[in-house]
Amino acid sequence: MFALRNTARRMIPEWTPGRITLAIVVVTLVAGLLPFVKMSLIVNGVFLGAIIALGAIGLTLIYGVLNFANIAHGDYMTMGAYVALFLLTGLFPTFGIEGEGLGPLTFGYPLLIALPLAAAVVAAGAILLDVAIYRRLRRRGVNAVVLAMASLGVAIALRGLVQVIWSGETQHYPREFRQVFRLPLDVRIPPDSIFIAIVAVVLVVGVYLVLTRTKMGKAMRATADNPNLALVSGIDTQRVIRWNWAIGAGLAATAGVLLAVFQAQLLPIMGWKFLIPLFAAVILGGIGNPYGALVGAFVIGVTSEVSTQWINPSYKPAVAFAIMIVMLLMRPRGIFGDSG
Amino acid sequence: MALLEASRVVAGYGGTEILHGVSVTVDNGEIVTVIGPNGCGKSTLMKAIVGLVKVRTGSVTFRDEDISSQPPERIVRRGLCYVPQSANVFPSLSIRENLEMGAFIRDDDYEGRIAEMFELFPDLAVRPNRKAGSLSGGQRQMLAVARALMLDPVLLLLDEPSAGLSPTMMSMVLERIVDINATGVAFLLVEQNAREALRMSHRGYVLSAGENRLNDAGQALLDNPEVARLYLGG
Repeated sequence: MFALRNTARRMIPEWTPGRITLAIVVVTLVAGLLPFVKMSLIVNGVFLGAIIALGAIGLTLIYGVLNFANIAHGDYMTMGAYVALFLLTGLFPTFGIEGEGLGPLTFGYPLLIALPLAAAVVAAGAILLDVAIYRRLRRRGVNAVVLAMASLGVAIALRGLVQVIWSGETQHYPREFRQVFRLPLDVRIPPDSIFIAIVAVVLVVGVYLVLTRTKMGKAMRATADNPNLALVSGIDTQRVIRWNWAIGAGLAATAGVLLAVFQAQLLPIMGWKFLIPLFAAVILGGIGNPYGALVGAFVIGVTSEVSTQWINPSYKPAVAFAIMIVMLLMRPRGIFGDSG
Repeated sequence: MALLEASRVVAGYGGTEILHGVSVTVDNGEIVTVIGPNGCGKSTLMKAIVGLVKVRTGSVTFRDEDISSQPPERIVRRGLCYVPQSANVFPSLSIRENLEMGAFIRDDDYEGRIAEMFELFPDLAVRPNRKAGSLSGGQRQMLAVARALMLDPVLLLLDEPSAGLSPTMMSMVLERIVDINATGVAFLLVEQNAREALRMSHRGYVLSAGENRLNDAGQALLDNPEVARLYLGG
């Protein structure tokens, strides 16, 4: 209750003249363009934003506690998607767990089992990678750039691994054709997208509750605030780091599965291509601020979808990238941070 | 046997050696103050004792156990808590959450202890859900001390508790230290405001360039003309 109020207070910016001008410009632009924008693109952008949010929250949490940009985050998403593919097409059928077309959804109930399992597998894998690589580097006291470069290596290795095991061909989960929901204003919503939104909302609320209500969640925020003070307070920072990876990578894997459902296909490059929207959302919200990443994700999701009305959809990452650059130049600490 | 015995401690950062063999002892229930010019190694001594800086040679014994190679979270469990000079609260956490983090290793119910801290520092009790980052310097210092007291420590290390505070705030913080000491908690302080700190200390040490220079009773150091000339500003 109180925590909610505190968050709300932090999200309300001080009204300096610069910010008022910025707000007026943004509102005018949005209001002016709105009549020309297809409603369906905005709706689609919100669903895309929900997936970006799951990845971006994990990315920003890892940055907060470990202080480095995890370039392999997109490939944790890919891993999640493919682990679920293995479960759905390889493992489950041997136990007779099969089926697609659950109600209005294209996929069947096995996906509901595969989703948490894939998240758990990737979370465990992320902890193992930390022990094998990042922890050794931290103990040597290397700087953040070295850690980020190590994660670039992990990203490339993971993508290679996916290609070796599952080939580079386009694949998809077992699915059955389903009608989309037709709403006024020519909005078409695939039922799968509603499922994606529900999963995202549940997980975001869950992460919020963990961060504000549980001892481990508070310890994660404390460690992100001040690692040395956390140590001398007796906080077991190694355990904090393990939980941090588990939550961050688990959310990424979930985002990967949802992305595979959303795009109705899996490709080894899918997560890597998602990295720019993820970083754009994180930077927009202020690096290390999970609430900011949530807002940033929806801004990026909607903007890049809406941009496809005027420019070729293959330039979507370029839109996210442009927003990121403008943000870094104008407000490097994010929309909720202090300027400069 | 002393409560804390740091003996011929050598420590530093990277290639730089800051402490060239410093020895300090604190007995049960004592207030001990370390004074000395800037850069003499006072803060490094604190960090070496709590395990944030590696002790290269020499030893640190606390409650008859060698703690010189132990990580900070283990040392804290023995009842030795530490308040750094700056960045000594978690700014994005509320006052109450800061106190909860101070009690992180406690598995029992520590609500009573939080209530005691609010009694000791009534300023903090006014709005316990306020973010620590929005507190004034004095309130922040009180929160930092309260956080460290959450574990019922036997010995509390304070690095410059009065740094950056107004004179009224400073004497208030120092008064609190005397109050807490009366409940049996021993203190090892590092202080710029040497005169005020020595007045309330049982004993004091003067460090200079990473070495022990003098040690004596608090009042005796205050009366020492050499100390007065060099470190107390006349």
